[in-house]
Amino acid sequence: MNSKKFTTVVSKAVIIVKDNIDTDQIIPARFLKTTSREGFGENLFYDWRYDSSGAKIEDFILNTPNGDGTILVAGRNFGCGSSREHAAWAIADYGFRAVVSTFFADIFRSNALNNGLLPVQVSEGFYSAIINYSKSNNKTTLKIDLMKKEISVEESGDSEKFEINNYKQECLINGYDDIDYLLSNIKEIEDYELYKASSL
Amino acid sequence: MKTLFDKIWESHIVKEIPDGPVVLYIDRHFIHEVTSPQAFTGLRNRGRKVFRPSQTFATCDHNVPTRNQDKPIEESTSRIPIEQLAANTKEHGITYFPLGDPSNGVVHIIGPELGITQPGMTIVCGDSHTSTHGAFGSIAFGIGTSEVEMVLATQTLLQSKPKQMLIKVDGALPNGVCAKDIILHIISRLGTSAGTGHFIEFAGSTIKGLTMEGRMTICNMSIEMGARGGLIAPDSKSFDYLKGRDYSPTGEMWERAIKRWSELKSDPDAIYDAVIEIDATQIEPMITWGTNPGMGMAITGRVPLAGSSAAGSQVAEKSAAELAMAGSKAVELTMAVSNAIELAMAEKALNYMGFKGGEQLLGLPVDYIFLGSCTNGRIEDFRAFANIVKGSKKAPEVTAWLVPGSKRVERQIEEEGLGKILRKAGFEVRQPGCSACLGMNEDKIPNGKYCISTTNRNFEGRQGPGARTILAGPLVAAASAITGVITDPREIQSKNPT
Ligand code: SF4
Repeated sequence: MNSKKFTTVVSKAVIIVKDNIDTDQIIPARFLKTTSREGFGENLFYDWRYDSSGAKIEDFILNTPNGDGTILVAGRNFGCGSSREHAAWAIADYGFRAVVSTFFADIFRSNALNNGLLPVQVSEGFYSAIINYSKSNNKTTLKIDLMKKEISVEESGDSEKFEINNYKQECLINGYDDIDYLLSNIKEIEDYELYKASSL
Repeated sequence: MKTLFDKIWESHIVKEIPDGPVVLYIDRHFIHEVTSPQAFTGLRNRGRKVFRPSQTFATCDHNVPTRNQDKPIEESTSRIPIEQLAANTKEHGITYFPLGDPSNGVVHIIGPELGITQPGMTIVCGDSHTSTHGAFGSIAFGIGTSEVEMVLATQTLLQSKPKQMLIKVDGALPNGVCAKDIILHIISRLGTSAGTGHFIEFAGSTIKGLTMEGRMTICNMSIEMGARGGLIAPDSKSFDYLKGRDYSPTGEMWERAIKRWSELKSDPDAIYDAVIEIDATQIEPMITWGTNPGMGMAITGRVPLAGSSAAGSQVAEKSAAELAMAGSKAVELTMAVSNAIELAMAEKALNYMGFKGGEQLLGLPVDYIFLGSCTNGRIEDFRAFANIVKGSKKAPEVTAWLVPGSKRVERQIEEEGLGKILRKAGFEVRQPGCSACLGMNEDKIPNGKYCISTTNRNFEGRQGPGARTILAGPLVAAASAITGVITDPREIQSKNPT
């Protein structure tokens, strides 16, 4: 889908210190039955946000005043498990623009990018710096500059470069998506098919 | 000096983007009811048609009932996506195997069964366990819904080339150990993120010795160590399996295919980013004790003590393996931090599972047994299960769900007389579908109950809110189904030789 243009995002960090957050936690399978892309944000992290009676679990970050940022920070191997793109939809639909982790599961990473949600992979050291800063201060502001490929903690001045290939960077900055690009290559695709058929 | 992966990858490149991904041609595309509706909507919004409808195949599996499939589905949230799939495939001229069709079943079971999956192909599906198809020597991987739309619209995807890992498994498999135990053993040793960014080639004498069913079990779970997929070089077993299947080539085309497929292997001097060797003789029947597939152990083992040196060493071994692959960037400090986090996770997992550190799980009562899924829902799994329960009775306190992976497996169970054996032992064979593997339909494990499951994920709540999943192979599931407690299949086998 055509994503929103992305250049720089400055926001409070919404931090979940947990490794291996899988897509079943991000959006449980029982919420996958709708056939549109909208509305998944309501059920984001459902089983952490609400108890079995449906009451809010007060101390879960999204239920606290610190839960209203647009940058999510989480532990290693974020988005592992099922390939459901609903996980990326839920995170974006909730209002997040970027996820910061030390490691992303591959399918989640591409799903996120296809929805204008930026996965920012940081070093263990930088991740620890964010966590440590947030422990001693009640608010941590992150700035993600996609032009410079740089992430920083506003208050402490810590910063780090992150990687994203130039093609994807362009797409995000301009709000293009992969389908637009592929559709512009139909001729090459047909040529490939002809060539392939002749070699079978 | 190319790997099998390199060869298939390179032959599918339509175009390369400088400092970016490649446009990769996709030979086969599978779709199902859960991850495709939004892709068709996207296509419609752009005013596009499906570019190559004959290369996409559809089935419904994730959210179908496993009983009374001939009756209308009552729950509208389950029915509507299936109706949409029927309408979408009809509109675009895509082959669809609807509920009840003789070829219907779980997408990763039917692809190979129908001969749609073939060596040397690129195969995708909006489902992470697409890696299963790699067992035939193809590049097969799961994609998201936006990518499903890309394949529908252009038969291509933008992909960056992953790194490559070789896992060599050598040695004779001990008695009572099956393919599921091999892969659970590997993941418990390397961890759930060891394969991230990689495609894994499985090789070695043990892998060669496995049946196609066993190889599919291995590739199926390669995703559980974070890999994009797994693959195994095709050989005469792969060709024998495919011969005469509905969509396999015939006549002269078959001969030409065999010739082409026989060349699909890695060069002897091929270079991998990581190589791992596994000694099969050391593998025992496996179970998981925690809430990810890496939290596994030999069935005779003890749950690691969270915070203890035992847990520490399991974790340390894992981190060491990961760090060895990460190369020079690895620093001891990171290792200490990640150990601390993993230990905290282990403790949380033990709480969820209701197990204590240091405890042996053999002999603990179980409530449910689930035989099925794209990991272990093939005919060979039902044979193995039936062989163990033959002549015994299901433990009365156990609820057992035996769900074939496809209609074909369902038919074969009856044709081979396994249905009779199973019913005599007190088991019911249901109708095919994903069922309790992800608990989307009504087959959910109740809160707090223990289930020995032949599936691939033991995440919190995967089989239903609060469900406690113990992953295992069909042999452990069968042995435990007749005793009602976690049981080492070797004990039953020695009593019940066949
Ligand atoms: S059986 Fe389980 S893992 Fe396989 S496709 Fe179905 S839900 Fe996914």
